[in-house]
Amino acid sequence: MDQLVKRPEIGAMLGALLVFLFFSVTTEQFLSTGGAATWLDDASMLGIMAVAVAMLMIGGEFDLSAGVMTASTALVTALLATRLGLNVWLALLVSLVFALAVGAWNGWLVMRTGLPSFIVTLGTFLALQGLNLGVTRLVTGSVQVSGMRSADGYESAGFLFASTFQIGGTSFYVSIIWWLLFTVVASTVLLRTRFGNWIFAIGGAAQSSRAVGVPVVRSKILLFMTTAFAAWLVGSINILRYASVQANQGIGLEFQYIIAAVIGGCLLTGGFGSAVGAAIGALIFGMARQGIVYAGWNSDWFQLFLGVMLLAAVLVNNMLRRRAERVKR
Amino acid sequence: MTPLIEVEDIGKTYGSVIALSDVSTVVNAGEVTCVLGDNGAGKSTLIKILAGVHQHDRGTFRVDGEEVTFSSPRDALDRGIATVYQDLAVVPLMSVWRNFFLGSEPTTRFGFLDRKKGREITRKALSDMGIDLRDVEQPVGTLSGGERQCVAIARAVHFGAKVLILDEPTAALGVKQAGVVLKYVAQARDRGLGVVLITHNPHHAYPVGNRFLLLKRGRALGSYEKDEIDIGELTRQMAGGAELEALEHELRGVEA
Repeated sequence: MDQLVKRPEIGAMLGALLVFLFFSVTTEQFLSTGGAATWLDDASMLGIMAVAVAMLMIGGEFDLSAGVMTASTALVTALLATRLGLNVWLALLVSLVFALAVGAWNGWLVMRTGLPSFIVTLGTFLALQGLNLGVTRLVTGSVQVSGMRSADGYESAGFLFASTFQIGGTSFYVSIIWWLLFTVVASTVLLRTRFGNWIFAIGGAAQSSRAVGVPVVRSKILLFMTTAFAAWLVGSINILRYASVQANQGIGLEFQYIIAAVIGGCLLTGGFGSAVGAAIGALIFGMARQGIVYAGWNSDWFQLFLGVMLLAAVLVNNMLRRRAERVKR
Repeated sequence: MTPLIEVEDIGKTYGSVIALSDVSTVVNAGEVTCVLGDNGAGKSTLIKILAGVHQHDRGTFRVDGEEVTFSSPRDALDRGIATVYQDLAVVPLMSVWRNFFLGSEPTTRFGFLDRKKGREITRKALSDMGIDLRDVEQPVGTLSGGERQCVAIARAVHFGAKVLILDEPTAALGVKQAGVVLKYVAQARDRGLGVVLITHNPHHAYPVGNRFLLLKRGRALGSYEKDEIDIGELTRQMAGGAELEALEHELRGVEA
C-alpha cells in the first residue's frame, strides 16, 4: 500500500494487464502482430498528448485547447506547404513556433490573470476551433486542406513522422517510437531533474514553492508550451500520414487526454501523478477501443467502459491522496 | 556589532489601508526577536516585508547595515533571510527529502537530480536537529504538524540562513508539539542564527525570546528587552492592558 503512494502508475498497470488479458482471451486478432500494431498506434497518438497533459496536470493546470491544437498545427503546416508552396520542413518549423506561442499565451494569461486554466484554455479552445474552420474555409473554400503529397520535403519529413517499420512481417507506425521516446523523456524530467521537482511542487503548493525560490510562473508557462509542443508533434504525424487534414479535427480529444492522465494516476488537484502512468492510461484506451472492435461489439460499449475506468481511477487516486496526506498522531 | 536586520519607522499602505506604520526593531545573531499581536495587528505585513513578498513604502530596512528593498522572496533568500510560513511550510504530497531540497536541489555532473546525496544530507540535517526519520522518501503529509515545521526549520538552517523568520510556528499545534518546535527555535538561536518569531501566545514567546515587539492595528504598542518586562506584564499588554481595565470599569458601571 505504501509503495502505491510512491508509484502512482501501479493501478493503471493492473488495469492495463486486465484489459490485455481479457481481449487476448476473448478475441483472436487482438494478440496477432497486426492487431497489436493497430492498438499500439491508437494508444501512441493519444499517449503523446496524455503524457504532456499529465505533466501539466501534475503542475496543477489543465489545457482544454490541447485537442484542437493537434488540428491547428496540422492546418498551419498544410496551408503553408500547399498554398504558399513552402518546403514541408519550413512549414513544420513555422507551425512549431505557432504552437509554442499559443502555449506561452495560455500560460501567460493563466498566470497573469490568476483565473483557472480550465476557463482560460476553454477560451483558447473555442477561439482556435473558430479559427481552424474560418481560416480553412476562407483559404480553400472547403473545410479540409489536402494535397500535401506534392509539397517539397514531404517524403523526408514523412519518414521522420509517419513512416512504418517492420517487426515479424507487420508494419508498425513510427508514432509508437515517438510515444515511447516522449514518455521516457517526460518521466526522466519529472523524476530526475530539478525542473521535474518544481513541477510536483508548484502543482502541490504553488505558494510554498514560490517562498523557497521556485520560479512558479516560468515553470507553468513552460508546461503549457510542452503541451503545445506535443500537440504540434501529433498534428505533424497526422498531416504527414494522411496528407490531408479536416478543420474540425481534434475536438473532444482534450477530455480523452485528461481521462488517460487520470487513469494513469494524476490527481485533478495537481501535485501528484506520473508520465508512465499517463502512457499506460493511453494504452488502456487503445487496447479497449480496438479490442471492442475485434470482439464485434458495438463501439457504444467503449463509452461505458471509459466511464467505469475513470470512476475507478478517481476513487483509487483519491484514496491514495488521503493516505499520503493523513497526519500521523 | 551590526544587527542582522534593522528596521526603522517602517510602514506599508495597501490602497487607503494603513497596514503598518512607524515600526522599529532589530534582529541580532544568536537572539530571538518576538513579534506579538492579535489578528490584523500587522504581524504578517511586517514579516512579508522582511521576506521580500511585499515592499515597504516608508522608513528604512537594513540588512547587515546596508539599506535594502527586496523585490522577491528569492532576493531575501540570497541575503540569508529564510521564512517558514505557518501553513505553507511544505508540499504535503512530496517526499521529505524532495521538500527539504525544494528550490535548491543537488545535481550530478550531468544535470540530473542527485537523489542519493539528497536523501543522505536530509537524513543527516534532520538528525542533527534531533529528528530521526525512518524513511525520508515518505510524503511530508504523513508527518505530524510539529515535525513538518521542524523539517522546514532544518531546511532553512541547512541552507545557511542567517535569519530565520517563523510565522506562527506553534499556532496549530498541541502543547507537546509546540514545545518540540520551541526547542528547535532555541537550537537555531544557539547556532548563532537571528530568529524572528511571530506568535500571539506570550507563553510561547517569553521562554525563548530576547526582545518583544508588540503590534496593534499596524502600530508598535511597545518594544521591550527581556529584562524590561516579565511574562505577566507581557500577557497583560497583549490582552489589551489599559483598554481591558477601562472595559472592566465600564462593565462594573453596568452592574451597579
